[in-house]
Amino acid sequence: MGDALAAALAIAVTVAAYLAARRLYARFRHPLLNPLLVAITALIVLLYAAGIDYAEYDRGGRLISYWLGPAVVALGVPLWAQMEEIARRGRAMLVSIIAGSVVGVVSGTMTAILLGAPRQVVLSVAPRSVTTPIAMGVAQKLGGLPPLTAVLVISSGVLGAVAGPAVLRLARIRSRTAWGLAMGSAAHGIGTARAVEEGEVEGATSGLAIGLMGLATAILAPPIVAVLLRIFSVR
Amino acid sequence: MWGRIPAAVVGAKVFALARGTLVLLAFFYAGNAVSALLHLPVPGSVVGMVMLAAALHFRVVPPHWVRGAADLLIGHMQLLYIPPGVGVMVYFGLLRREWLPIVAAGVVGMLAVLMVVGILQQWMERRG
Repeated sequence: MGDALAAALAIAVTVAAYLAARRLYARFRHPLLNPLLVAITALIVLLYAAGIDYAEYDRGGRLISYWLGPAVVALGVPLWAQMEEIARRGRAMLVSIIAGSVVGVVSGTMTAILLGAPRQVVLSVAPRSVTTPIAMGVAQKLGGLPPLTAVLVISSGVLGAVAGPAVLRLARIRSRTAWGLAMGSAAHGIGTARAVEEGEVEGATSGLAIGLMGLATAILAPPIVAVLLRIFSVR
Repeated sequence: MWGRIPAAVVGAKVFALARGTLVLLAFFYAGNAVSALLHLPVPGSVVGMVMLAAALHFRVVPPHWVRGAADLLIGHMQLLYIPPGVGVMVYFGLLRREWLPIVAAGVVGMLAVLMVVGILQQWMERRG
């Protein structure tokens, strides 16, 4: 099959899976039917069944994921529309994000260490709370496996989008800015895609949280991980 | 169906989306350049997001230039995560060997961040 045709087919199948998964979610509204989760699962099953490897699929796939960059830029529009609301809470947001970043790196790294993960896995786990390009960069700097980090980032994001709203309800989070900030910092862009469904304030704060969380983690993860590795003498 | 919509209306819509897309792409590449030049630990897309919000605030870019294209991309953000998500299949082998620490670290870390940020932020907002 020609390369262009294969790429076009990959794009068409991806869009079809997405549209079908969205209809399914619109019909039943069950969190486990998260469109992203359903579409990813369906495509993996399909690729396995057809004996197509990921690299071949991704020739078309990356023409879709390319738009993640411009989509993050587009979050500048709700960010601008909600600027006053966000500025009033700016200091509280900085404090929450820094605390979230430290807790995220420490809890994830400690869990992996205590469960006996090899050093490379521990180092790949540390930056999992932030958006894919930042997380992979941090993992590389630490000496982890960037692709494993990408997998963790995406599965954390899907988990956040699926379970996050219920957890936040249990925690009695009623503030819309706190809701958005929590989703964006725990589940980055995938959490933001879910937050956008909730409303403009949630979407904008969630988008902002991606950037703040990424920045905080890029700066804080390396020293925190170094200290933890030393305390638990992981080799 | 298409015959009833005046060609001018369709043309204007296509033009607006194309213009919005070009503006977003321009900010994306500008953000990438700034991030690379200043060695920022933040990816260019996030820098571009902040630059776009600033440009809208200072009226360098009128909001109607980007609204349509931005709404379209944000509304379908989940679609864009599908291909990297399918990439999980490449690591099934490693995941099978080390699944417990990997899954546990992911779940614990996600829940911890979600709760800490949500509860702390709401608490501080109420304190004023």
